[in-house]
Amino acid sequence: MITLGHYLVVSGMLFALGLAGVIARRNILIIYMCLEMMLSAANLALVGFSRFHLTNGLPDYTAQSLVFFTITVAAAEVAVGLAIIVALFRSKQSVETEAITKLQG
Amino acid sequence: MPPLLFYLLAAITLGFGLMVVTARNPVTSALSLASCFVGLAALFVSLDAYFIGTIQILVYAGAVMVLFLFIIMLLDIKAEEGKQPNLAAIVSGIVVAVLLVTQIMTVVGHTKLAEKSPQNTPLALVEAASKAEGAAKLQTIANDLKAGELPDAKLIGFTLFNQYGFHIQVVGLLLLVGTVGVVVLSKREKSTGGAA
Repeated sequence: MITLGHYLVVSGMLFALGLAGVIARRNILIIYMCLEMMLSAANLALVGFSRFHLTNGLPDYTAQSLVFFTITVAAAEVAVGLAIIVALFRSKQSVETEAITKLQG
Repeated sequence: MPPLLFYLLAAITLGFGLMVVTARNPVTSALSLASCFVGLAALFVSLDAYFIGTIQILVYAGAVMVLFLFIIMLLDIKAEEGKQPNLAAIVSGIVVAVLLVTQIMTVVGHTKLAEKSPQNTPLALVEAASKAEGAAKLQTIANDLKAGELPDAKLIGFTLFNQYGFHIQVVGLLLLVGTVGVVVLSKREKSTGGAA
């Protein structure tokens, strides 16, 4: 029997994968993809809670509204973030995190 | 949903998620992420969230991943070859991930909330229609509920526009600001000598 716990564990594992990627990788684009993965993992937990918190026999649509807003903001964030990465690539000719040391004292 | 299907979808999601983190070629990472999102959308559908599953595919697997692939190919990023991987970062990443998963599994294993399943908390569509509270007061939603269908998109729309009308406008403004910001960021500066 599949319970809410199963969904939460899958969500947690996906989030942990994304977190490990953000820490371990040095390609900014891949770090960015891992961030998207972490956002989606949080969405999975929210949808799981929404399905199993019944109000009047229906899922709790407040949580799904929050997921809707998260996806919208993530889409806007990707557009702006990728524009920043392109601008960064223009000035550094690299997308490695080691290449960006301008703010280092 | 049969348990086997859940495990298959979870394996697709997590397997491709692992490939995103481990692949050396960014194009492989991006395509794996698209597959990961498709698996995730299937998990959403298995939780009776059809609308969220659909926009997950449309927005993430469609628009966002195309944008990623476009940027990867525009910048012509090659796979990182011959470079020593940063061992300390990799080890700390794995340690943090393992700690987080262990903690989540412990917490989930000790809460009663996590024992809810579609079998012991089934949707009560006809009862919701007969109670006629909140969204079920609308005729079109009540008709769907009486027919035994979950009017998923209608219910989300009802919640969004009843309770979060202002927030929708704020998000609309955010998208506008984002569009303007992207145009400003990608514009080349003319002859000022400053960094573009």
